[in-house]
Amino acid sequence: MKILVPVKRVVDYNVKVRVKADSSGVDIANVKMSMNPFCEIAIEEAVRLREKGVATEVIAVSAGLLQCQETLRNAMAIGADRAILIETDVELQPLAVAKLLKAIVDKEQPGLVILGKQAIDDDANQTGQMLSALLGWGQATFASKVEVSGDTATVTREVDGGLETISLKLPAIITTDLRLNEPRYATLPNIMKAKKKQLDNVKPADLGVDVTPRLTTLKVEEPPKRRGGVKVADVAALMDKLKNEAKVI
Amino acid sequence: MANLVIAEHDHGSLKSATLNVISAAVAIGGDVHVLVAGENASAAAAAAAQVAGVSKVLLADGAAHAKLLTENAALQVVAVAAGYSHILAPATAYGKSVAPRVAALLDKAQISDIIKVVDADTFQRPIYAGNAYATVKSSDSVKVLTVRGTAFGAAAATGGSATVESVTAVADSGLSSFVSAELTKSERPELTAAKIIVSGGRGLGSGEKYRELLTPLADKLNAAMGASRAAVDAGFVPNDYQVGQTGKIVAPDLYIAVGISGAIQHLAGMKDSKVIVAINKDPDAPIFGVADYGLVGDLFELVPQLTAEL
Ligand SMILES: Cc1cc2nc3c(=O)[nH]c(=O)nc-3n(C[C@H](O)[C@H](O)[C@H](O)COP(=O)(O)OP(=O)(O)OC[C@H]3O[C@@H](n4cnc5c(N)ncnc54)[C@H](O)[C@@H]3O)c2cc1C
Repeated sequence: MKILVPVKRVVDYNVKVRVKADSSGVDIANVKMSMNPFCEIAIEEAVRLREKGVATEVIAVSAGLLQCQETLRNAMAIGADRAILIETDVELQPLAVAKLLKAIVDKEQPGLVILGKQAIDDDANQTGQMLSALLGWGQATFASKVEVSGDTATVTREVDGGLETISLKLPAIITTDLRLNEPRYATLPNIMKAKKKQLDNVKPADLGVDVTPRLTTLKVEEPPKRRGGVKVADVAALMDKLKNEAKVI
Repeated sequence: MANLVIAEHDHGSLKSATLNVISAAVAIGGDVHVLVAGENASAAAAAAAQVAGVSKVLLADGAAHAKLLTENAALQVVAVAAGYSHILAPATAYGKSVAPRVAALLDKAQISDIIKVVDADTFQRPIYAGNAYATVKSSDSVKVLTVRGTAFGAAAATGGSATVESVTAVADSGLSSFVSAELTKSERPELTAAKIIVSGGRGLGSGEKYRELLTPLADKLNAAMGASRAAVDAGFVPNDYQVGQTGKIVAPDLYIAVGISGAIQHLAGMKDSKVIVAINKDPDAPIFGVADYGLVGDLFELVPQLTAEL
């Protein structure tokens, strides 16, 4: 069984982004870009399934600018066997990405697609579910444990009240949560090896997918600032503030 | 214009997040209908019919919805979707799982986690862990939205008198099935609806210390209990305690952060709280940058003192 893992190139999670003065977006020129942390967890899980003998091949796929190649090389350094870049400079929205991925799935016929639950830039949390619906497959979102045996996957999910375990008929979609695994570091030899792995390049038009955005961002603003910063001397002073100033207790 | 709200419920009653979504639908304008997809869920439907602002409840009662499987829920929404201009769900684990499926099946874009209705086509939503707010306009004929509960007040649970109409429940898709659930048992208020939250981080050191120090404090305040990702990853508390960009979004009247540094991912989940108190031994911890009242010192001394004073 093949496993397909879509990965997204995003602003690194340590960067605090700034809103542009003209409110057209956030300034991402010259900031560090990395693989979305949830996608890293997805790659790691797929590689582990291959190491266990459940999967035969792990294919990483990314959609976006040419620079996404770096993200794909990184995925291959973690252990993906090959990669596909769907290259476009059109602003891609989740529905368009899901359609592109569906076209790749139709071609590659994986038994499982593992995606991150959300990308930490647009925080949309949509692509996996959309892909699952377009394919007519089952889904397990927010996975913290995955077991595959035969043609079923048993997945424990992080839900609002705790944990829920469901069983999926393969092929299926899984989206990862933080506690599914701890991704390995890419070692230097593996980074070198990744440079030689196959990386194909396709365009949305090759896949017959219309990626025209449906949503227009009218403006991007700073959120309201909190005042903050007042320190109190001791517990008695805190109690006084909470009772008499904030009046919350 | 007509809005369809996807109710989150446990068959017998509505989850509180549904009330916030109804408020968002009222803000959009037009009729507000609520879909309850469940099994033996007439009590949840009756509760939805009481909510102020709701004019009709659609009850899809059937075995396919017994375990609230998201594939079946999405098919149910699509089955009744004709005629609605807006389809809304809470931005909860359930809503986030169902709504994008609905959007894709209808070939419509989704706008996630809205915090403001600008007009019927335009919504504000946080991006980059809440470090920026984007105003987004949709050109689609149907808008699929998830709603951040803390940004919209809860609709009054009573005062409405909607009609309940039964609709045919979809058949089970057979794509997934329920195995088991391990839900955290708690007598405390629900994290996302609580007025006061006591939240602990890595600074507590262990699950024993988390409970030993924070439980008595939370008991005195009748507070819900939360945590940072580090505290959850280290196994101090279950996953459903996590507050943040990728956990729960909360906005209580009072949020007490104990031994939490204040990483942007954590702040994303709690910085809309009315009053924030931080207890941390590091005077430069970023949490103090958002705290109304900061107490610098050893939490192992300060927390018991605070509990004793209450
Ligand atoms: C993709 C991604 C998603 C994430 N999502 C979330 C999320 O949703 N929620 C979240 O919380 N985090 C999230 N994080 C993690 C986040 O970046 C931080 O690592 C995390 O919030 C740190 O938790 P903490 O404050 O408990 O631990 P630390 O940062 O280690 O802080 C511990 C604090 O305790 C204080 N302390 C220690 N001992 C004492 C003492 N005796 N008395 C007083 N103070 C003491 C220290 O001074 C320190 O400030 C995410 C990270 C990534 C990469």
